[in-house]
Amino acid sequence: MSADPAPSSWQKYLIAAFAAAATLASPGAVPAQGYAGMAQTAAGFALPDPDRRFGFPADHGPHYDFRLEWWYLTANLTGPDGAPYGVQWTLFRSALAPGGEREGWLSPEIWMGHAAVTTPGRHEAAQKFARGGIGQAGVTAEPFEAWIDQWRLAAPGDDNDDDNDDGDGLDRLRLTASTADFAYDLALTATGPIVPQGRNGYSVKSPEGQASHYYSQPFYRIDGTLTLEDTTVPVAGQGWLDREWSSQPLSETQQGWDWVSLHFESGAKLMAYRLRDAKAAPFTPATWIAADGTPTPLPDGAVTMTPGATTRIGHAEIPTEWDIALPEKGLEIHLRALNPRAWNDLDFAYWEGPVRVTGSHPGVGYLEMTGYGE
Amino acid sequence: MLIDATDIQKSYAPGQSQTAVLRGVSLTLSPGETLALTGESGSGKSTLLHLLAALDQPDSGTIRLDGTEITALGDAARAAIRRNTIGLVFQQFNLIPSLTVGANLAFQARLAGREDPDWTGRLSDRLGLAELTHRYPEQLSGGQQQRVAIGRALAARPRILLADEPTGNLDEETSDRVCALMIALATETGAGLLMATHSHRLAARMSRQLHLSRGQLA
Amino acid sequence: MRRAALSALLSHWRRQPGQLLTLIAGLALATALWSAVQAINSEARRSYDAAASAMGQDRYASLAVPEGRMPLARFVTLRRAGWAVTPLLEGTVTLAGAPIDVTGFDLLSVPRDALPEGLDTGTDVTPAELFGQPGVGFAAPATAAAIAGLPGLPLILANRAIPPGRIVTDIGVAERLLDAPGQIDRLLILPGQSRGLPPLDRIAPDLVRREGQQTADLSRLTQSFHLNLTAFGLLAFGVGLFIVHGAIGLAFEQRRASFRTLRALGLAARDLQALLLAEVLLLALVAGAAGLALGYLVAGALLPDVAATLRGLYGAEVPGSLRFDPAWAAAGMAVTLIGALTAAASALTRVRRMPLLASAQPRAWATVSARALARQAVAGVVLIFLGLVALRVFSGLVAGFALLGGLLMGAALILPLLLAGLLALAAARARSPVAQWFWADTRQQLPGLSLALMALLLALSTNIGVSTMVGSFRLSFTHWIDQRLAADLYVSARDEAEAARLRAFLAPRATALLPIRSLDLPLNGTMGEVRGLSDNAAARDAWPLLSARPGAWEALNAGKAALISEQLANRGHLGLGDMIEIGPDWRLPVAGIYADYGNPVGQAAVSATALAARHPDLPGLRIGILTDDPQALSRALAEDFGLPPDHLIDQASLKAQSLAIFERTFAVTAALDGLTLAVAAFAMLTALLTLSTMRLPQLAPLWALGLTRSRLARLEAARSLALAALTFVFALPLGLILAWCLLAVVNVAAFGWRLPMHLFPAQWIWLLAAALLAALAAAALPARRLARTAPAAFLKVFADER
Repeated sequence: MSADPAPSSWQKYLIAAFAAAATLASPGAVPAQGYAGMAQTAAGFALPDPDRRFGFPADHGPHYDFRLEWWYLTANLTGPDGAPYGVQWTLFRSALAPGGEREGWLSPEIWMGHAAVTTPGRHEAAQKFARGGIGQAGVTAEPFEAWIDQWRLAAPGDDNDDDNDDGDGLDRLRLTASTADFAYDLALTATGPIVPQGRNGYSVKSPEGQASHYYSQPFYRIDGTLTLEDTTVPVAGQGWLDREWSSQPLSETQQGWDWVSLHFESGAKLMAYRLRDAKAAPFTPATWIAADGTPTPLPDGAVTMTPGATTRIGHAEIPTEWDIALPEKGLEIHLRALNPRAWNDLDFAYWEGPVRVTGSHPGVGYLEMTGYGE
Repeated sequence: MLIDATDIQKSYAPGQSQTAVLRGVSLTLSPGETLALTGESGSGKSTLLHLLAALDQPDSGTIRLDGTEITALGDAARAAIRRNTIGLVFQQFNLIPSLTVGANLAFQARLAGREDPDWTGRLSDRLGLAELTHRYPEQLSGGQQQRVAIGRALAARPRILLADEPTGNLDEETSDRVCALMIALATETGAGLLMATHSHRLAARMSRQLHLSRGQLA
Repeated sequence: MRRAALSALLSHWRRQPGQLLTLIAGLALATALWSAVQAINSEARRSYDAAASAMGQDRYASLAVPEGRMPLARFVTLRRAGWAVTPLLEGTVTLAGAPIDVTGFDLLSVPRDALPEGLDTGTDVTPAELFGQPGVGFAAPATAAAIAGLPGLPLILANRAIPPGRIVTDIGVAERLLDAPGQIDRLLILPGQSRGLPPLDRIAPDLVRREGQQTADLSRLTQSFHLNLTAFGLLAFGVGLFIVHGAIGLAFEQRRASFRTLRALGLAARDLQALLLAEVLLLALVAGAAGLALGYLVAGALLPDVAATLRGLYGAEVPGSLRFDPAWAAAGMAVTLIGALTAAASALTRVRRMPLLASAQPRAWATVSARALARQAVAGVVLIFLGLVALRVFSGLVAGFALLGGLLMGAALILPLLLAGLLALAAARARSPVAQWFWADTRQQLPGLSLALMALLLALSTNIGVSTMVGSFRLSFTHWIDQRLAADLYVSARDEAEAARLRAFLAPRATALLPIRSLDLPLNGTMGEVRGLSDNAAARDAWPLLSARPGAWEALNAGKAALISEQLANRGHLGLGDMIEIGPDWRLPVAGIYADYGNPVGQAAVSATALAARHPDLPGLRIGILTDDPQALSRALAEDFGLPPDHLIDQASLKAQSLAIFERTFAVTAALDGLTLAVAAFAMLTALLTLSTMRLPQLAPLWALGLTRSRLARLEAARSLALAALTFVFALPLGLILAWCLLAVVNVAAFGWRLPMHLFPAQWIWLLAAALLAALAAAALPARRLARTAPAAFLKVFADER
């Protein structure tokens, strides 16, 4: 289903809720009160607890105590001819009211799915909305399955049950999505451990202390097929899954974020994000992940992210090249978008696409930029 | 006697105050006679002429026109008197703008049922209108229009010809010519002519003169 | 100076209150009719938008089980299989004693264009309220007010996008209102389906697919009706402007002396003009306000009839109540101001050009030379020609109305020349001097009266045209309905079981049963109706054919041909022998075309046997009954069978209902017709009044020459009558041409049917009488005034220069 060019007002409102939730807010496109309202209060919802520790596979499932949550997969793939591809698949959950899942239409859980495919010359994105309570969308932890309509990220079926018993519940997954324009069917195999972000999974989102629970599985090896314009190609590469939940992740003055997840040829990974603030310097925490999966949380300021050349999309100037430095690891790299026009032109619009990394630590990765607006 | 008016009184009441315009006027006019009625502006000349033409009614007094007492007559009877007995010539000519000169000339005669094409033709020749019969009044000069008016008044061979400042809108030369023509034609037809004028020069051409001053004959 | 001058100018109106009244009434009338029509049109358009959007869901193909509802799980299964579908739960609840339709959408998955257009919750409604409890329902303001405060309802928000008698809400709320938890009625199939979907007949073989309706666009269908209204509004406005033109011109002439004095006292011509402009604007504002108020009332009074018309002709639901729209008022006021300025333009320019020492004597202010008349007539001929060209160049409604406009305006422009010619002829033939003068003088009055006469011509010919059209329609319609309603009684069963019992009950009691089976199916791709016709003589009699191939009925009964309605033939450009596709996989040649008046959708008739073979599940719930004693049988049906009264109707009632709908349909037309004629009469009155004040100098000599005042007054009245009669003589053929255009061009384009034209000479006599009466009424006041003029007033003409 392609983007509705003129969503009705409650659909916009919902998007605002998701936007705030995902710190994907674009202040210009979203009603101010909705944005601010989501940022300020967690009325009736749980707040992240720095002392909490993850328990798997239970934490792969939904956390209905929290208002917002997502399952976010990005993949850097190549075809048999070496042609690069990017794939995104995201399932967002937003609760209209606390109280958890409920059977039927009256469920307060609203689900939103985004799926995208990027090539150097093309970018296609699609979205889906669904209510919880009727089975149209949801997530189960064991066996793991996250779905909205026919889009699905799940542990494979019965034949692999034995394997799953040994793993952490996410080590072998199958990702399928199809739209009118594209489709993909990918097998994900983890080659490393699940990595908590921030301090043991407690990820601080602003100097004032807004935070979320956040872990990643950045070590997926991916094989599968990608269909674009009636052409199906075998693809292979690496993927990165993010899991995050929260109730009030945004600071009132934060305008948006620039987020990267990078796979270096060395096998090491880097996650960094730069939260732009209208009234303060950007807040830039990061996590360095060694090739064996050992995370090193980095405080604000350890990493510097410097925007470079921009691309004009609509009325927005969007930096599609970046310089990133992490002096303590001798890292000095340059990011260049595979396709500078990787704009998810959906009801809630943002930039999300694969990047090439050059410099001291060459590699590939994904860049997400929100709040640049239209 | 064509006109025999006795002790005519007439006043107007434009506001609360009554203004006496005519205060006991008596006069007579015989056939073939030409009578000039002179007087200042506002002396009552027009009012007297209107009464004599059966256009208006006196407050008191009697008016006999060709033997008929008209003050007691109704609207229709007085209209018949105007149609049959009287020829009227006004200062403003008062031609009928929608009719041609020829139709205007013949109009009253036809109205009175006394159309005489020969006579109308002769009149039109005498008045110098023969070339103009197909024109409309607005296409004529003032002198020409007044000649049409005189012709219209005479075409029905009225017993009485009444003229109210007939040359007031004309220059002196035209005025003299038109006036002479009117007197001549009236005399020829044996009608009595009563002409109100403030011009002593024109009045001098008439057989008799009366002077009206503040509603009374001097 | 200016203030003093303005008060001097305005003092005129204090002394002439009648004239002021005429001016304001004329402008107010013009504004009223125009704005009333505008209000009606916009109210109707709003309703179409609401209706069109209410039917938005029907644009989509949908899936349903043949009987009743399906569980919600079917929706989820299809979604999870990749099919982009959205569920719909529909039903009726009784609230505050009235049935209310409830439409429940899944507001998360429904595409915007399936929702009522303009349904916008504003920022007041949050998703939590919308999807939570008690939820939010949207209803038309009247409906919202009617059900306000009832227990068990969601929060009801008034929304004009929703048609009356309906609540649109989230499906979660709807299932509670309809007491259908976990149930859905239909699944709409959305556009933009994903690739590689499993076929529906494999994953949902029991679901019946119903194609989306290319619903006939109401605004397109009703366009002709609104053009019709607009044309009337324009006509009335133009006629109103004639009145204003007359009144302003008169006021101008009467104040020549004042103007001269003001100018002599040192007021610049420009200032005088500005003051007069201010005066016109002031008067226009007053009149505009009055006109808007009046227009609102007129619109309010006409709207129920308009609503009935639209329902009758197009099935379009328009509420019978009007709402006040500030934009409408502003537009109406602007039109009034523009109109007043247009009407005053010539007077205003003349003030500027008037020489200081011009005669203060009022002249005939509208003197038009013969050459000007000829020029005007040439323009009229050109307009008519352009109308004819438009008929060739454009098609459909546009062509029809261009032709009508060209004809009417052109004829109006030619009218003065024709009248002048006729009057000249009459003057030449006149024997008596008075007659001669009468015709010649009438001709000279023509320029001053021509605008009013043009207005009269337009009103009369429109009247003739429209009444001929309506009359022809009525004749055809009544004849047609007499034939079509062949059965004596019509009953409808609530379900198939009851229908079977009914048939069993009726079989021994009735002479014959005519099952009525119909089905909505796409006809050549556009949604229409299919009727099954039984093979009997009654059907043949009831379905007279406008045109047919030989053996049409035999072919039909053999299932080898179809008959189609005239609308369908016209819209689809189908002729005899063309193929018609009736639903998927069924193509039949067209063997005949029949009239189907008043039906907005296209219809095809096929053999009942063939229809039943193709659609075996088609329920036969409606039955026509032939019987010798309809009264006894209906009593038996009610008492012995227990059929509810609203499921039974006899032929006479049905006919009466149909004819009542028909009459209401054209009630507005008649009302507007009458109003236009009234305005035209008013224009005559003002024109005659205007002229009468200038008539005295022209009439005084005639009076002096021996015509009585009463005779002069009679002549003046006769003049008005003569002009009205002559105008009628021209209006008659013009009106008949108009009727032809309406029947042969406009109706075909608008409704899809062409009607034979019938003539109604009796109506013409009535109309002539009405026209003469109007002329007499218009002339009565000035004539009466003339008859009572004091001789002194005539004498004044001779005595002095005013």
